[in-house]
Amino acid sequence: MSMAVPALRVGRLAPVGVAAALAGLVALLALLTLTLGPVPIPAERALAALFGEGGAAETAIVQGVRAPRLLLGLAAGVSLAVSGAALQGLLRNPLADPGLVGVTAGASLGAVTAIVLGAALAAGLLAPLRPYLLPLAAFAGAAAATGLLFALARRRGETGTATLILVGVALNAVAAALIGLLAYLSSEQQLRELSLWSLGSLGGANWTMALVAALLALLAGPPLFTASRALDLLQLGERAAFHAGVEVERLKLRLGLAVALGVGAITAAAGPIGFVGLVAPHLARLTVGPAHGALVPVAALYGAALVVAADLAVRLVAPPSEPPIGLALSLIGGPFFLWLILRSRDDA
Amino acid sequence: MIRALLLALLLPLGAAAAERVAIAGGDLTEIAFALGAGDQVIAVDTTSTYPEAATALPQLGYFRRLAAEGVLSVAPDLLLVSPGAGPSAALAQIEAAGVAVARAPDIEGPEGIGPKIRFVGAALGRGAEAERLAAAVEADLAAVAARVARLAARPRVLFILAFQNGLPLVGGEGTSADAIIRLAGAENAAAGAEGWKPMSREALIAAAPEAILMMTGRAHATDGMAATLALPELSATPAGRAGRGFEMDGNLLLNFGPRTAEAAARLARLVHGAAAEAAGL
Repeated sequence: MSMAVPALRVGRLAPVGVAAALAGLVALLALLTLTLGPVPIPAERALAALFGEGGAAETAIVQGVRAPRLLLGLAAGVSLAVSGAALQGLLRNPLADPGLVGVTAGASLGAVTAIVLGAALAAGLLAPLRPYLLPLAAFAGAAAATGLLFALARRRGETGTATLILVGVALNAVAAALIGLLAYLSSEQQLRELSLWSLGSLGGANWTMALVAALLALLAGPPLFTASRALDLLQLGERAAFHAGVEVERLKLRLGLAVALGVGAITAAAGPIGFVGLVAPHLARLTVGPAHGALVPVAALYGAALVVAADLAVRLVAPPSEPPIGLALSLIGGPFFLWLILRSRDDA
Repeated sequence: MIRALLLALLLPLGAAAAERVAIAGGDLTEIAFALGAGDQVIAVDTTSTYPEAATALPQLGYFRRLAAEGVLSVAPDLLLVSPGAGPSAALAQIEAAGVAVARAPDIEGPEGIGPKIRFVGAALGRGAEAERLAAAVEADLAAVAARVARLAARPRVLFILAFQNGLPLVGGEGTSADAIIRLAGAENAAAGAEGWKPMSREALIAAAPEAILMMTGRAHATDGMAATLALPELSATPAGRAGRGFEMDGNLLLNFGPRTAEAAARLARLVHGAAAEAAGL
């Protein structure tokens, strides 16, 4: 962040106003998600169905399909955006996102292992847990990757941020190689399944999945939202932050674990969802400036709006089929990122 | 109690009355149309490319990635799915919304054709037609098998699905390609491999295929069959030297269904040439 962000014109809009406007946008998108869909249900009937007062079919669609999707979308947007903001601040690197440090790759490796070796793994699992083998494996993969990341990057009680990124890159490479090996071992059907999973989707969301993911993301919330002052001080450099009273090592560990918990839970439920973790913090920085006290909550709202909007788009664009959400997000996120790079280059 | 029993007896009839059927699985769609129930089919998935009429129907997307609300939006009263269809959460949500979901029997290869036809027939209320079609298909397959048995030669055929990073992805043991090659009285040159595998140049030469088989259109990636056969790793094989490469429609070739006997006979004619004609294929 200290490298590139000064080159960007950062916004100085009042954070409270921005947050209120974004909260309104998220609420509107949530309402649209509940009332719009391939099955045309009038808005008032959809809302009645949400509270269990509609016909059986309408209730099944609004309560059983749209509502858990919305919950998972909100949880994914908030969790990925806040994780991205925390990592960018922690590593003082504007390119950091959960994908860069290997957390997403770890989750992917877990999921791919479950898809390819699923039958053997399921045998060792309690029967009620078997349908959740894939999310459990993805979560275990994310946790293992984070554990390895911090264990390997730590030397003499210190965790260098450059080392952290390099270890993340190495973990990404190893995970990609193992995923390649599993893809080689897989049958044609498993290959299709894992390539589809890697595109990400909120379509598999049922209440159990969405609630578990949202709950875990909620657990990861407090450490991420309360670290603002420490993250601000950290931008002056680790030594300066330390002298200002920030326990830098503990901060790294705490935020790292929170990111693994949130991102692991979301990736487990929805597959790898890219760009939100990278783009939402940048959007926030452009509108309310780099101070984390405002940046983190505003990024969370941007993330929620982005994911829910992208999911709404893929549900409505080509019914009755549904393109993967990753495509919509990357189509929004890719050009935005390019614009960000071009703009910072022009200003420099 | 008696009412419940009566209901249970009536249930198959109720299912038979399905007027609006959505299908996720190309083989099931083909069977539904072969049974004359095409007008009951209201939406299909991307693997349903035969017959032509099916491709004009609303598109549900890839059958492993159905969208619950998308399927519900075409208002089916029955959804027929292949064993691999999903995700399971979406299927559960579709059932919860009151749409019956019927899963096809999970039997691969030619043995699965009869059960699949009877399954579709039962679901669409065409039990008698299904019985006739299944019997006819099984008789056709037996006739082709008897004629194939008369052929003396077992030419080595290599099925190439696609080229991946320049290496051909071939159909090894247990694949649908392997099954149809054997039905046509040929030997699978990739029998050493399990499933779909990229084959190295050396392994290709060692496999010594006498003919290359691809799906129509797939050889375009390498500028057509002639150019494929001219690739250095293939030109050194017997198939490359003799210029023997064949293309067949992928759906006809690999989807085990009502047309499989025809596919096997056509492949046998391509591979065996005059000997197949003499055997009555």
